[in-house]
Amino acid sequence: MAKIGVFICHCGENISATVDCAKVAEVVGKYDGVAISLDYKYMCSDPGQNLIKKAIVEKGLTGVVVASCSPRMHEPTFRKACAEAGLNPYMCEMANLREHCSWVHEKGEATTQKAIDLVRTIVEKVKHNQSLDAIKVPVTKTALVIGGGIAGIQASLDIANSGHKVILIEKDPSIGGHMSQLSETFPTLDCSQCILTPRMVEVAQHPNITLYTYAELESIDGFIGNFKVKIRKKAKSIDEKICTGCGLCTTKCPNKKNPSEFNEGLGNRTAIYVPFPQAVPNKPVIDKALCTYYTKGKCKICEKFCPAHAIRFDQEDEIIEVPVGAIVLATGFAVKKTDFFPEYGYGRHPDIITGLQFERLASASGPTLGEIRRPSDGKIPETIVFVACAGSRDEAKGIPYCSKICCMYTAKHAMLYQHKVHGGKSYVFYMDIRAGGKMYDEFVRRAIEEDGVNYIRGRVSRVYEKNGKLIVKGADTLLGAMPVEIEADMVVLATAGVANEGAEELAQKLHVSYDPYHFFAEAHPKLKPVETNTAGIFLAGACQAPRDIPESVAMASGAAAKVAGLFSQDELTREPLIAVVNRQAPPVFSSCVGCFLCMSACPYHAIEKEEIKNRQGEVLKTVAKVNPGLCQGCGTCVAFCRTKSIDIQGYTHEEVYSEVMALLND
Amino acid sequence: MTLGFYPGCSLKGSSREYAESVLAVVKAFNIQIQEIDDWNCCGATAAHSLNKELSLALPARVLSLAEKQGLKEIVVPCAACYARLSMTQHELLKNPELKTRIAEINNLEYNGTVSILNVIQMLDRYVTPNLESRVVKPFGHKVACYYGCYLVRPHEILNFDRVEEPLSMDTLMAKTGATPIDWAFKTECCGASLSISRTSSVGRLSGKIVGDASDRGAEAIIVACPMCQSNLDMRRKEINSYLGKRIDIPVLYITQAIGLAIGLDRKALGLQRHFVKVKV
Repeated sequence: MAKIGVFICHCGENISATVDCAKVAEVVGKYDGVAISLDYKYMCSDPGQNLIKKAIVEKGLTGVVVASCSPRMHEPTFRKACAEAGLNPYMCEMANLREHCSWVHEKGEATTQKAIDLVRTIVEKVKHNQSLDAIKVPVTKTALVIGGGIAGIQASLDIANSGHKVILIEKDPSIGGHMSQLSETFPTLDCSQCILTPRMVEVAQHPNITLYTYAELESIDGFIGNFKVKIRKKAKSIDEKICTGCGLCTTKCPNKKNPSEFNEGLGNRTAIYVPFPQAVPNKPVIDKALCTYYTKGKCKICEKFCPAHAIRFDQEDEIIEVPVGAIVLATGFAVKKTDFFPEYGYGRHPDIITGLQFERLASASGPTLGEIRRPSDGKIPETIVFVACAGSRDEAKGIPYCSKICCMYTAKHAMLYQHKVHGGKSYVFYMDIRAGGKMYDEFVRRAIEEDGVNYIRGRVSRVYEKNGKLIVKGADTLLGAMPVEIEADMVVLATAGVANEGAEELAQKLHVSYDPYHFFAEAHPKLKPVETNTAGIFLAGACQAPRDIPESVAMASGAAAKVAGLFSQDELTREPLIAVVNRQAPPVFSSCVGCFLCMSACPYHAIEKEEIKNRQGEVLKTVAKVNPGLCQGCGTCVAFCRTKSIDIQGYTHEEVYSEVMALLND
Repeated sequence: MTLGFYPGCSLKGSSREYAESVLAVVKAFNIQIQEIDDWNCCGATAAHSLNKELSLALPARVLSLAEKQGLKEIVVPCAACYARLSMTQHELLKNPELKTRIAEINNLEYNGTVSILNVIQMLDRYVTPNLESRVVKPFGHKVACYYGCYLVRPHEILNFDRVEEPLSMDTLMAKTGATPIDWAFKTECCGASLSISRTSSVGRLSGKIVGDASDRGAEAIIVACPMCQSNLDMRRKEINSYLGKRIDIPVLYITQAIGLAIGLDRKALGLQRHFVKVKV
C-alpha cells in the first residue's frame, strides 16, 4: 500500500496569491494512498525540507510529491532531501503549480481546481514509480584533442597541466594552425609567432602530452569516459627517432616549385618539407603526392644526402588504437579563396588576394620577408583596397553570417600597410564596423584617425584589370550611394571564414551536430558553449563558429576545465532516466521482436543488438539493448517501438498512463 | 513538336532584325515554330511599377494563350519579356490564390504548364548539338558577349547561367569559330529606357561598355536583348561623344552571328538595319 506525502508550497506569494494552497492540501489529503498532505510558505527552505524529511521518517512514506515550482528549478533539491531521509530519490516527483498554474491564471476557484488536478496526476504517477539507481560508468583519464591550432594547443596544455594525459593529433606536419601564419595580432600588434611558439614548444615537451602530427582521426567507438579511437598516422617517410632536423634534405630536394600551404600559395616549397622554420616538430615529411620518387619512381636525392640515414620510402600509414575518456574538437576553420568571387574575377588576377595571403606578405617569415609587395610583379602597391565582408553577410553567396574577425584584421592590415608603405593610400570598403571587444573599437579608430586609412561605407560590385591597374567599383552609401571607382595596385578580400573541408564528415563520425554551414553545434548557445550534444565531446575555437584568438583560447580553457571536471571522478554518475528494453523469463526473454526500428531512430547510436544464447551457445533470439553510457533518455525509440518493449525509466508507459487516467477519472 | 514564339513589341518594331534572325536560324535547323496567336504586351517596366495584378495578368494572358494553343515550350527572345513571363510563372505557381485571381481577371485558364525559354536556352537545346557541323563560314572574330541585366536575373527564379559572370553566350559563340574575350562589363547596365528620357546617361553607361570592349580588342559585341542592342547601336553617336573617339564595333544579335556562321543571307538576318555598319 502506497503512503504518499504531499507538500504544497506557497512560494511566498507566487503560488498562494492565486491558488488556495490550504484547500489543495485538504482535498488531496483525502485521496487514496495519501498519508500526509500539508502546505508551507517555502518548501525549498531548510524548515520546508525538514518537514518532508520528518514526514518520511515518521510516516514511513513510500513516495513524495512536492507541489511548487518547475522541476527544472528544484527537483535536485527535493530529491536530495528525500535521499537524506532514506527514500529513493526517484520516488520524489514535483507538480508544477507555479509556471503551469499560478503564474498564468487569475485567482479563483478554477485555478485552485487546476492545482488540485495537477497534484492528483503526480500522486497517481508516484504510486507507480519505481526505485532507480544512478548509473555509474568508469572513466579513462586521457583526453584526445583533435587539431593543433591555438585552440587545440591551449586545451591540451590546460588539460595536461591539470594532471591528465592528453593525445593531441594534427593533420598537418606541424602544430600552430592559422595563428602561426599571422603577422601581427590585433588589437596590440604583438607578433603572432612570438606569442605562439613558446606554447608550441611547451606542447612538444610536456610530459603529459603525446603529440601526433600528420595524423587524423580514423574512427571512434564508445561513449563518455570510454571512447576507443583509431588514429591514422600518415607516413612521413622519415624515421623521426633518427632524423635530427638538420634540414639538408629540404635544401637538396630538386622538386622545389610546389605552392606552399603555409604561405597560402604565395611562395614555394619542396616535396620534402618543414612547413615553416619554427615548426613543431621541426622534422620534415615527404609529400607523397608531389615527391618525384613516389610519382615517377626515381630520385631519392634526399636519401642520398641525409647524414642520419633517416629517409624511409617504404614507410606506410600506421593506425593506432587508444582509449580516451573525453574528446576536444579544435579543428579550426578555413577561408574562402578568391576564386569564389565571380565579380572579383574568379581568382584570375594574382594581385587580388585574401586576408590570409596578406598576413603572409606582412609577416617577417613570409615570402617577401614582411615587405608588402604585390604577387604579380613584386612592386610595392601605391594604392591598396581592402574589401570587408567578401562573401560574409551575403545570402546570394550562401553565407548569411558574419565572419566576425574580418573587421578587426582588415583594420590591422590597413594599419600595417600604412606603417610599412609610407605615402601609400589605403581604402577599406565596409558594410558596418563590428569591433566589439576589449580595445577593439579604439584599434579601428586608430587606423582611421592616426594612420589615415580611408574607410568607405559601401560594397564593391566589381574589380577588374585595366592597363595594369585594378579598377575597384563600388558605392559610398554615406554620400547617397555615390559611385566610387578606385584605381588600385592590389586588392585584399576579407573572404568569409568557413568550416573546414571535411568538417561534416568528422561531425558525422563523432555524432556531433553541426549547423547548415558545417560548423559544429554547441549543446546550448548560451549556457553550454563548449559542450556538444554528445556527452564527453567538447568544442574549442573556430570549428564552432568564426572566432578570434582570445575567444578561441577562452573556449579552449573552458573545454579543458570541462574535461578536467570529468576526469576528477573515477566513476561517472548519470541520471538513470534512460531507455531500457524489457527482459522476461524464458522462453520469451523479451517482448522485443528484433525489428530494430529503434536502432535507426536513435540519434545517439545507443541501441545495440544483443544475442540471447542457450547454454550450448546457440543464439535463441536477437533483441535490442540500450547502452546506458550513450542513451540520453530522449524517448524517440519508445515512440518507434511497435511492441512497447522499450520504456524510459522514470517515465514508463505505466507511469505516464496513470497520470492521464488520473485526469480522466475525475 | 512545335515551338511557340512570343515576339513582344520590340521584335515587331525597333528590333525586327532580331525576329528575322531568330526565325531564319530556327528555319535553317528545321525547327517548327508558331507565333502565339493574339499575344499582348508583357507589361514591361511600366506595368510592374504601377500595378502588381496588371503586371502579372498581362504575361499570364500570353502564357494562357500558349497553353490553349497546345504549346508546351515557347521561346521569348526579348530579355525583358523573358524576365516578365518567367517571374509571372514563378509567382503564380507559388501562390495558388493569386493564380485563381489572375485567371479570373483574364477570364482564361492558367496552369503553368508552358516552359519558357530565352534565346540562349532555345539555341542550346535545338541548335548547339548540330551547330559545329553546320558552320560554313567560321565567325573568326574576337567578340565581347554582353548579357546585360535582364537575361540572368533574378538568379533564384531564372536559374540560368552564372549571375555575376555569365558564360553561356561565350560558349555558344566559341562554337561558331569566334574568340570570346574576357572583359569586365558583361552584366553592367546599358542605361535601358533612359535612352529616351536621358540619352546622355545612356551615352555614358553604354559608352563604358563599348569602350571596354574596344580596349580589349573586340571586333563585335554580341547581345541577346533588344534594349541592349538598340542602346549600344542606335546611341553610338552619344557613346562616341562620351568616349571622345569613334568606335565602329558592330552590335550583333547572337542569332545574327550564328546565321552568318552557317552561311545564311545577310539580308535575311536583317544586318542592313543596324546603325553601325556590320562589316564582319
